[in-house]
Amino acid sequence: MVLFIILAISAVAAALGMLFSRNAVHSALFLVLNFAIVAALYLTLNAPFIAMVQITVYAGAIIVLFLFVIMLLGAEQLRGVAGDGGVWQRWLAGGLTAVLLISFASILFQGNAITPASAAGVIDTSPAALGLRLFEAYVFPFEVTGVLLLAAIIGVVVLSISKKRGQQ
Amino acid sequence: MTVPVEWYVALSAILFSIGALGVLLRRNAIIIFMSVELMLNAANLLFVAFSRYLGDLDGQVLVFFVITVAAAEVAVGLALIVVIFRTKQSINIDEINLMKG
Repeated sequence: MVLFIILAISAVAAALGMLFSRNAVHSALFLVLNFAIVAALYLTLNAPFIAMVQITVYAGAIIVLFLFVIMLLGAEQLRGVAGDGGVWQRWLAGGLTAVLLISFASILFQGNAITPASAAGVIDTSPAALGLRLFEAYVFPFEVTGVLLLAAIIGVVVLSISKKRGQQ
Repeated sequence: MTVPVEWYVALSAILFSIGALGVLLRRNAIIIFMSVELMLNAANLLFVAFSRYLGDLDGQVLVFFVITVAAAEVAVGLALIVVIFRTKQSINIDEINLMKG
C-alpha cells in the first residue's frame, strides 16, 4: 500500500514534469522516469515480463529515438511564434481536461462499474506461460503485428529516401 | 495485495488526463508525441491491473501488442517530424498550416 502510494505520486510528478518542462530533452528524461516507475508498478502487479519489456522497449528504444530526433533537429526550445499557444487555448485545454477527469471520476465512484472487489488468485505470469498464450490463442494478431512492423519499416525508409531524391 | 484495483484505475485516469492535457496544451510536435506515449502507457497500466485482479493472462498479452504498435507509431511519427522539419524548419504545429484555406 505504502509502496503503491509512493510510486503513484512519483509517477504523477514525473508526468507533470514532462508536461511543463521548457526543454524537450528534460521532457524526454522525465518520461523515462515515468516509464521506469510504471515498470515498477507492473512488478507489484505480478507482471515481471511486461515490466522488463516496458524498460527494454520504452526506456531503451523509444526514448533513445526521441532523444536522437530532438538532438538531430536541435529542437530543444521551440522558437518562432508564441511558444505555447494563446491564453484562451490554455484555459480551453485545462477545462477539457477537467471535464475528462470528472467523467473518469464519476465512472469510478458509481461503484458498480468495476466488478472485482478483491484480487483473484495469483496466476502463472512467467515468460513461458505468456509465450504459450501468445502462440496458442493469439497467433493471428501476432502475425498481423509482424506485418505492421514491416509496414512501419518500409514507411520510414520511403520517407527518408524520397527526401534525399528531392534534394538532388 | 492490499491495494484495491480502483486505485490503479484512478492513477491510470490521472496519467491519461495529463497526457491529454499535453496533447492539447503543448505546441512542440515531439512533446505531443511523448504525451501520446503517456496515454498509451496509462492504458497499459489499466490492462495489467485488471489482468492481475481478474486472474486472466490475456491483459498482459494485449499490453505486449500495445507496446509493439506504440513502437511502430513512434518510428513513423518521428520520421514524419524529421521530414516536416526539413521543409518547414520548424516543428511548431501552429506553423504547419498548409491545409488552411
